Amino acid sequence: MISFIIYKAIICLVVFLLSLGVAAYATLWERKFAAFLQDRVGPDKAGPWGLLQPLADGGKMFFKEEIIPNVSNRFLFILGPSLFMLTALMTGTVIPWAKDVNIGGQTYSLQITDINIGVLYLLGVVSIGVYGIMIGGWASNNKYALLGAIRASSQMISYEIAMGISIIALIITAGGTLSIREIIAQQDAGLANVVYQPLGFLIFFVCALAETNRAPFDLPECESELVGGYHTEYSSMKLGLFLFAEYINMFISSAIMAGFYFGGYNFPFAQELYDAMGLQEGSWIISLIGFGAYFTKIFIFICVFMWVRWTLPRFRYDQLMNLGWKTLLPLSLLNLAITVVVEYLRGNIHI
Amino acid sequence: MLGYTITQWLFGILSFLAIMFGLMVVFSRNPVNSVLYLVMTFFCIAGHYLLLNAQFLAIVHIVVYAGAIMVLFLFVIMLMNLNEDTEPQRTWLSKIIAAVAGGLMLFVMVGSLKGAGDMGLQQYGNAQIGFVKNLGAVLFKDFLFPFEIASVLLLAAMVGAIMIGKKEAGES
Amino acid sequence: MGSTNTPTDYLPIVLMFIVALGFVVTTMVASHMLGPKRKTKIKLDSFECGIESHGNARLPFSIKYFLVAILFVLFDVEVIFMYPWAVNYKELGIVGVIEVFSFIALLLVGFYYMLAKKAVQWED
Repeated sequence: MISFIIYKAIICLVVFLLSLGVAAYATLWERKFAAFLQDRVGPDKAGPWGLLQPLADGGKMFFKEEIIPNVSNRFLFILGPSLFMLTALMTGTVIPWAKDVNIGGQTYSLQITDINIGVLYLLGVVSIGVYGIMIGGWASNNKYALLGAIRASSQMISYEIAMGISIIALIITAGGTLSIREIIAQQDAGLANVVYQPLGFLIFFVCALAETNRAPFDLPECESELVGGYHTEYSSMKLGLFLFAEYINMFISSAIMAGFYFGGYNFPFAQELYDAMGLQEGSWIISLIGFGAYFTKIFIFICVFMWVRWTLPRFRYDQLMNLGWKTLLPLSLLNLAITVVVEYLRGNIHI
Repeated sequence: MLGYTITQWLFGILSFLAIMFGLMVVFSRNPVNSVLYLVMTFFCIAGHYLLLNAQFLAIVHIVVYAGAIMVLFLFVIMLMNLNEDTEPQRTWLSKIIAAVAGGLMLFVMVGSLKGAGDMGLQQYGNAQIGFVKNLGAVLFKDFLFPFEIASVLLLAAMVGAIMIGKKEAGES
Repeated sequence: MGSTNTPTDYLPIVLMFIVALGFVVTTMVASHMLGPKRKTKIKLDSFECGIESHGNARLPFSIKYFLVAILFVLFDVEVIFMYPWAVNYKELGIVGVIEVFSFIALLLVGFYYMLAKKAVQWED
């Protein structure tokens, strides 16, 4: 029992550091990527290619003055960003990062925990994520922050529905499992799920953009009308937590999309490659290669997120609501119906 | 540990936390804090469900109660004017009425739970009945009618909410 | 479907929660200790683009947001009800499909009503 806890604690720490590291370097990469798209150089002064920039940014945040407005509700003002960060970090719990490793006859899974309702767990954590923004914005007692918070929560809950229905279609394609480990593992032999769920993937992707408040869905913090949106009054590391958690959310949702729809750590002809290299099942090299493949996919998704942000203009609020309720919701139901018909044709639904 | 298993300890701790947060819902002066304590209570109850192996109920408790209904509550509280000078003064009459209503509620609940011990638990002969898969099989076979009725109920709620929330075109 | 799932499998989630909570608390305390503290009255006022702030932000806002929240609760309940079917769709066969789609059909009636009443219409 004790060794089990130690092993799990180590994995928790690794996933935690991984999330932080990826999020930190995603901020740098975002600036580099924007610079590339706008024909600029981007940050290049801190270290070679600006590699120390995230550390400098983080350090700066710590040494900034912490301002808590007089009119705000002190406790809730601090609770808001903390909750947002907590929920962002909790989402990484159920993702399997690579195949199991076999060390000295013991099998270690490279996943914090495999619960058989993993998909529902994700939905639960995502639905709790609204609180951080809502509470932070309301507690600031600032009109811009209030408007930003209400917009953000309205947007997040609206897109959760279409997301939930598109995941149901995915579960049906995956043969009725709610375990993320199984969803990813069963894509090793056949095709990736995106082949069966192209529309579902599209819906999920749009919803993921909206859930993470990324452009073109960044209305909660749209600077041209709301100053900073829900984090207008925040400064120092409390602002840092809000911004940082957004990047963690982007990382995790990329990981979820890469896992659900693109096979996670699997890649074409993986088994042939492992056979050619003469690797046994459970070898750490297999896990490492799989991990690399997974991260390549995640990296591509993060790039797509950034590409979208620096290409598309922001939606208007009525367009956002119309897209969520009048387009994505019916589309996701249609996708579910198509999925059922396809499953029937594949002979998985008996009369 | 003192003759109790880990599960029993967890049950005790979760129960204590649930009751403590429940009391804080009532006693906290700020309604937003009350909502947050209620969310914490829901998490404790979800923990209880997990200990009972009722995973679906646990997750429904978090997704629907904590993630949806409480968000709605928070919206309602934010919609209200919470300035301290506009806080309505509660008269003794309203306090007495509230106490009587609450007391009646307690009476009804105690009365209904009093006979519950004799009923005996309905056995499905399966400790994993709370798993999503087993629950789905039962829900869509044995309890199909209540399930479909639930959708009518939801439809009625939806229509009602829109009726109240949305003004007609000519209405001022 | 792993049938060996026990409450122990949720223990690592608690561990992760402790790690995350530790991080958040450390960050909050550290930034509180490290930053300078030069508070002035104007700095601590709520920000309204440089002009003097009027009243506070405890304002009532549009009922539409509230309506969206109610609709979300209802749809969310319906979506969560569909998960037990999605897990069992093979065993339940065509009967299950009919059951769920009649469930969805009622949901669509409500959805149609919502559209007809322009409940989520933002531009007037």
